[in-house]
Amino acid sequence: MTVAPKREAYDVVVIGAGPAGLAAAATSAEAGLSTLLLDENVGPGGQVFRAIASTPVTERNQLGADYWVGADLVQALRASSAEIIHRATVWSLDRNLEIAVSVGGASAFVKAKRVILATGALERPFPIPGWTLPGVMTAGAAQTMLKSSALVPDGRTVIAGQGPLLWLLAAQILRLGGRIDRILDTAERGNYFAALPHAFAFLTSPYFAKGLSMMREVKAKVQVVSGVTELSAAGDGQLASVSYVAGGKRETIPADLLLLHQGVVPNVNLAMAAGIEHGWDELQLCWSPVLDASGNSSVAGIAIAGDGADIGGANAAVVRGRIAARAAVEALAPAAGAKLPAMATLRADLAKAERGRIFLDTLFRPSPQFRIPSGDTIVCRCEEVTAKDILDAVAIGATGPNQLKAYRRTGMGPCQGRLCGLTVTELMAQARGKTPQEIGYYRLRAPVKPITLAELAAVPKSEDDIKAVVRG
Amino acid sequence: MSGEYDVAVVGGGLLGSAIAWGLGRLGKRVAVLDEGDITKRASRANFALVWVQSKGLGMPAYTIWTVQASQAWGRLASELKQQTGLDVSLQQNGGFHLTLGEDEFGQRTELVKRMHNQTGAADYKMEMLSASDVKKSLPLIGPEVSGGSYCPLDGHVNSLRTFRAFHTGFKTFGIDYFPERPVSAISKSGGEFRLTTPKGELRAAKIVLAAGNANQTLAPMVGLYAPMGPTRGQIVVTERTMPFLPHPLTTIRQTDEGTVMIGDSKEDELDDRTLKHSISAVMTDRAQRMFPHLSRLNVVRSWAGIRVMPQDGFPIYDQSETHPGAFVACCHSGVTLASNHAFEIARMVAQGALEPELVGAFSASRFGGAGAANNSGY
Amino acid sequence: MFRRSEQDKRPQVQIFVDGIAVAARQGDTVSAALLASGQDARRSTAVSGAPRLPYCMMGVCFDCLVTIDGVGNRQGCLVPVAEGMQIEIQKGKREIGK
Repeated sequence: MTVAPKREAYDVVVIGAGPAGLAAAATSAEAGLSTLLLDENVGPGGQVFRAIASTPVTERNQLGADYWVGADLVQALRASSAEIIHRATVWSLDRNLEIAVSVGGASAFVKAKRVILATGALERPFPIPGWTLPGVMTAGAAQTMLKSSALVPDGRTVIAGQGPLLWLLAAQILRLGGRIDRILDTAERGNYFAALPHAFAFLTSPYFAKGLSMMREVKAKVQVVSGVTELSAAGDGQLASVSYVAGGKRETIPADLLLLHQGVVPNVNLAMAAGIEHGWDELQLCWSPVLDASGNSSVAGIAIAGDGADIGGANAAVVRGRIAARAAVEALAPAAGAKLPAMATLRADLAKAERGRIFLDTLFRPSPQFRIPSGDTIVCRCEEVTAKDILDAVAIGATGPNQLKAYRRTGMGPCQGRLCGLTVTELMAQARGKTPQEIGYYRLRAPVKPITLAELAAVPKSEDDIKAVVRG
Repeated sequence: MSGEYDVAVVGGGLLGSAIAWGLGRLGKRVAVLDEGDITKRASRANFALVWVQSKGLGMPAYTIWTVQASQAWGRLASELKQQTGLDVSLQQNGGFHLTLGEDEFGQRTELVKRMHNQTGAADYKMEMLSASDVKKSLPLIGPEVSGGSYCPLDGHVNSLRTFRAFHTGFKTFGIDYFPERPVSAISKSGGEFRLTTPKGELRAAKIVLAAGNANQTLAPMVGLYAPMGPTRGQIVVTERTMPFLPHPLTTIRQTDEGTVMIGDSKEDELDDRTLKHSISAVMTDRAQRMFPHLSRLNVVRSWAGIRVMPQDGFPIYDQSETHPGAFVACCHSGVTLASNHAFEIARMVAQGALEPELVGAFSASRFGGAGAANNSGY
Repeated sequence: MFRRSEQDKRPQVQIFVDGIAVAARQGDTVSAALLASGQDARRSTAVSGAPRLPYCMMGVCFDCLVTIDGVGNRQGCLVPVAEGMQIEIQKGKREIGK
């Protein structure tokens, strides 16, 4: 599976094999378009359907019915003519729809008539004191290990944060016999009132009943502390304890593993590096690409589907994948497009899948103290830059994330801002009394993931390229 | 932005910052007007060499000016350290330009000869070394390295930390830094300059235009001339690795943090948001031929930056005859020349006149009519 | 920190961590195998030498960097284990030649 693309050009290249990418690639290939699906992981599924084709968890009910939906998507894709390459890291995408992909240590370039970015989401940074200590991980990390290797926590385990994924993970850990000592719920009580006007839509959404029963299942077995307003991790070279404040009372508990989660945000790196316009989403508190109703971005020929378009969960991602693929088919092979489900039907499906989302976004809007750290708390994990360092830079003139790089190297490490970018924007916005939109984001460029120097050196070069470099 | 200033410096990059810091150091009341987060900033795209070799072919005064800057850099670094506590990691133990193959070696030898035949070469000390001599200093070079030129005056610095040190120093000197204020118009009335920005007008007795390539449009507002010919350069950077490179090279240097910077192209393209991977490929291919072990390192970032480049490649320092008190300063080597800008240019601006014996050769009057060929050595 | 669920019936794969044999399972990523091994797999950062373990397990945080079969700074969470694979825990900056 880790062989280079078979062709130099495709009608459609889909990047990412999560729900949106699987659906998009299958739709495009079934309509007869030459389709290439590139994915960084070992197998299909993305994060939500992680290891769907290989999980050692055989007790189906332990992962839940929503997980196994992914198997059908994979089956549909594999039945299609789409070419699928795993362990393929796309490191560049440009306005000419040229894609550079690293497979097995060598880079290939492919051209596409249409690109569908389905690069999904990543977990929102959770910059609390001690979050870089060994033993502090994201909830998603634990879920990845659970799905792909049937690994469960067995030391003293604390889960902290909020959001639907947190409860799902807790339920899955318990079902597989793992250990959870305490859950610290950081959902702001005031959010319940703010979310109330949107509750009706949520009550009629499929998430409601499932979510409620999952919370009940977890609460029956684990002590849950709600209304947590402060949180920190401590230890000497290794997590030893977790401190929190709830109801004005501070408590410190010993811990070997702390799993953090406060929602997911679009993974914007490839899209931004391609020059796609993004805007600050005031509700979801993240950067979202500016898209039309078919998922088309500001760069002609590139559409975005799935959580990378707008956080909406797996069901919405699948529909967004189909919508983006249908738009590509309409443009490239109108006759084949006519045979696909009507756009209006797909858009109705999307509306249904997204029902209740505003309620969730409002309810689980993370509190400022968990998004905007202070003092010695590390913001940029790669370059080890603290909140105070950033405020000091603002005080001497740093206006935005790009000037901040010059002052403090934030975002210049290998993660390229994925783990600090949102924090930097919000911290600077607060410090400067501006909106995140005014502050902006890092200017991202290829390679969006590291590649070896030899790999870059092997890219074909012309005489003019050589002349541009070699001079007396 | 109220209050009157002795000097307003237009441009807060390395060049403007060095001059402003130097003026603050002399007790002047200084304002720095700068653009915001997204603009073409050579100060955060540069290669950070403090470089002498090959500078000034065709203009001996530039060689002398560069050597002077190199010699004054130590004083700048130590004053910045003393004032701000920031170590800018200046290293001046000599630098190399490596050649691959015999043709390149021959061409470089010619260049070294031409440099030596020029006035002012006495201090220059640039010499050609065989591959085996290079290997004594740079043991990890690969078999394709045919030799190279070496100049003991060459060095490098952490240019981002230098930028930060200047800006940290602004606070101590009471210099007012005003970002997000691009200057759209300049006039002079009542003996003072009025600079129009989106956030109001600023007044100052003198002005220094240090806005990089934008000097071309600003200079004529005060009777000055700054013909620019910018080019684009790409740089590739690797992850941090253990120290392996004891000297900087024209196209490869290891930063004090451990990353390896690989430069640099010269392109007519002026869009700094795009990249040409085939050009990065030439750069990295040459780098791994010079140091084969680099091939395994991961490239973590690459970027394109727009060089500030006067049309003939040499610096422009000038003062206005029609608008006394207005100065213009622009050059490519904002890092190398930072010490001269902080000490010499600032001193001359403070006293109100440029000294012809020091910088007369850099007057824009040299352009006459048609632009000369670019012989800068970049 | 983590243990394997009994239902995991995947075949074993032997890898070596700093020379010590570790039993992984086919399909594990290097990072998962390290976290399941019970061994001290903390790397130290290239910036300050601070100890770290994997944080995200999905290829975005780069805290799982590890030397695999002599090649440094690889993302352990994206690389599946293979029989006989040699893993070295990295301390500080990547070494020359690795």
